[in-house]
Amino acid sequence: MNENLFTSFTSPTMMGLPIVTLIILFPSMLFPSPGRLINNRLTSIQQWLIQLTSKQMMLIHNHKGQTWTLMLMSLIMFIGSTNLLGLLPHSFTPTTQLSMNLGMAIPLWAGTVAMGLRTKTKASLAHFLPQGTPFPLIPMLVIIESISLLIQPMALAVRLTANITAGHLLIHLIGGATLALINISAITALITFIILTLLTVLEFAVALIQAYVFTLLVSLYLHDNT
Amino acid sequence: MASVVPLKEKKLMDVKLGELPSWILMRDFTPKGIAGAFQRDYYRYYNKYVNVKKGGVAGISMVLAAYVLFNYCPCYKELKHERLRKYH
Repeated sequence: MNENLFTSFTSPTMMGLPIVTLIILFPSMLFPSPGRLINNRLTSIQQWLIQLTSKQMMLIHNHKGQTWTLMLMSLIMFIGSTNLLGLLPHSFTPTTQLSMNLGMAIPLWAGTVAMGLRTKTKASLAHFLPQGTPFPLIPMLVIIESISLLIQPMALAVRLTANITAGHLLIHLIGGATLALINISAITALITFIILTLLTVLEFAVALIQAYVFTLLVSLYLHDNT
Repeated sequence: MASVVPLKEKKLMDVKLGELPSWILMRDFTPKGIAGAFQRDYYRYYNKYVNVKKGGVAGISMVLAAYVLFNYCPCYKELKHERLRKYH
């Protein structure tokens, strides 16, 4: 049972060949590029969703921040589609791997910080000291604020990894419990099955919400620094 | 069995059974040829099921079903032990 829980998170290999690259590239096949003015239904639905999301997310930025629109929109599409595809049976979710989430979080966060330090040095350094702090507290507060700045990429990556992994693990455990309970007591199995259904609905929501939160936080860091 | 149409340009369904080995050997197995084959298949599927005026849910759900089945293969080794058999 122990070995069984973790094997679904290992890197998938087929006959010794790692196919994790194919699995990461697969969601791009589900988003065909719109070639015409009026597209087919799939492309029109995706176009509408992306326009809705981009307006909601990029209105708060000024002109300089809005140059990041393409990056943030592709980020939310990638994380959302990868998380949702991971809810299919037997599939592998790349966002459960901390390595990949760190690879997404650190460059984006570092990009926003570097941009802030380069273009508006005084203003971005001023974020280290909130307004109206008493004079003796200043050194300690600067240290605390700089630690909280350095922990931002770690928090981004670990938040995404932990949420998705925990959801998948819960589904595995409760599904296994339902199967085991069928022979013992049907009513308990039914209750557990209802819990499983509610959990799956939650997982769908979590998949989308995590994508949104990741992208929103990156955009917030961007807003601070432009 | 001399064919009127040269062998190179026939599609698979038109090739006679005796000509099959030479037809297979004649196909383009370079990486560019294989990539071309994948691209042609992608557009054939896309134009038949998705890129239509009133496309339904079938176009994308067939892709997702194939994805699930494709992901079953690496897991088979571990899932073999969970079958409902008396002796494993």
